[in-house]
Amino acid sequence: MPLYRDEGVVLRTHKLGEADRIVTIMTRTRGKVRAVAKGIRRTKSRFGSRLEPAMVVDVQCYEGRNLDTITQAVSLATYGDAIARDYPRWTAAAAALETCDRLTEEGEPNLQQYLLIAGALRSLADDVHAPELVLDAYLLRALAVAGWAPSFHDCARCGDPGPHRAFNLASGGVVCPGCRPPGSAAPASETLRLLAALLAGDWAIADASEVRHRLEGSGLTSAFLQWHLERGVRSLRLVERA
Amino acid sequence: MYDGAVQDLIDELGRLPGIGPKSAQRMAFHLLAADPVDVTRLVGAIQAVKDKVRFCDVCGNVAEGERCRICLDPRRDAHAICVVEEPKDVVAIERTREFRGLYHVLGGAISPMDGIGPGELRFAELMTRLASDEVTEVIVATDPNLEGEATASYLVRLLSSFEGITVSRLASGLPVGGDLEYADEVTLGRAFEGRRVMSRARPPAPTADPRAAEPAADPSAAEPAADQTAASAREAKTAYAPTGSE
Ligand SMILES: [Zn+2]
Ligand SMILES: [Zn+2]
Repeated sequence: MPLYRDEGVVLRTHKLGEADRIVTIMTRTRGKVRAVAKGIRRTKSRFGSRLEPAMVVDVQCYEGRNLDTITQAVSLATYGDAIARDYPRWTAAAAALETCDRLTEEGEPNLQQYLLIAGALRSLADDVHAPELVLDAYLLRALAVAGWAPSFHDCARCGDPGPHRAFNLASGGVVCPGCRPPGSAAPASETLRLLAALLAGDWAIADASEVRHRLEGSGLTSAFLQWHLERGVRSLRLVERA
Repeated sequence: MYDGAVQDLIDELGRLPGIGPKSAQRMAFHLLAADPVDVTRLVGAIQAVKDKVRFCDVCGNVAEGERCRICLDPRRDAHAICVVEEPKDVVAIERTREFRGLYHVLGGAISPMDGIGPGELRFAELMTRLASDEVTEVIVATDPNLEGEATASYLVRLLSSFEGITVSRLASGLPVGGDLEYADEVTLGRAFEGRRVMSRARPPAPTADPRAAEPAADPSAAEPAADQTAASAREAKTAYAPTGSE
């Protein structure tokens, strides 16, 4: 049985049988992996908290026909512990983890998505920015890496230099007056500036933003995410907005 | 694949938790060969559980009437409510004989990815109980995993408006019977957080005053130490208490 070792972020877990779990891990080099952790639900399991969601681990697994089996796990960062102690941060983390699960495929290496989710969790654990801002920054960047980079400045259709006021989901962001399809939204210019800052990682602008612009930005970000995914991201419903 | 009734039974058994196709097949053939009296008794037990057992109107535990055995017991201390995820957690805590209060069964943990939010669990029923009852302590006994922890965080925030209620969370610590070196970081960290004072440092006796060294100092030295241990245990338990709830 081939053994392998990788580091990864635990995205989610499912109960299996009496005391096992299937653990979904976004790994650094192998992409998404689903593996069985045997006996993990017993309080004396040697895995302890290491394979809980939002933990970063160094895992050793052996490959199976359907599912791999985890033989060892060592903690690299216990982000989940800090995050679960604060409900708003936990719900934001759940939405990020679920989105990562939805945007990645098993067996397809995706280093950028791995770094994005690990970075988002670190930021939530360190509690330096509002959780809803960290989440929206993660969602926008994860979509960009997946090939759906939204445009918040130049026209998403013709590239006409911005700033533009109209926002259209189907077009992929802001649109110029010439391209503007009927039914486009007209968000506040501060909201578009906030979203551009979140996408670019300009935290000085994001941290200073007003609640109403954050709310409007979250609405656009969620709509953008749902537009590109077949099914909705369930966890988004529980995220507390400002 | 088997014909009709046998395959139907295998399919039904295979839907039970923890039963794979192989076990389902083994159980089906066991039942096929079993004494009809035994099978009738099993069928009767399954039917009875669906007909008779329901959930307690007050606490959500399994019950055979409107209220469960624990809610009906007048000897239970109605000042303390222990909040758990599932009825089987009630059984686990009852086995310890440590707790004499009442329970509240949430029906699970908050799990955003599974679409389970506070609205899907019995939080509203708990709030109703706390508003009308004489409850002074809520003990949060959700599972010792991160979903359980997040559910506890939500509950503690929800309860922060009840000024007369002390909220505590079961301590997380090292499993009895295990080796320290195998404990994971979070468990070991929590064990440090919730550590128990076993002997408190005593201020040195003033040497100038001979009365301070009287034999009477000895028994009294033991007593405050015990009190302080209890006090620090209370502190550890109420680490989640809303501020200003003392
Ligand atoms: Zn244009
Ligand atoms: Zn009851």
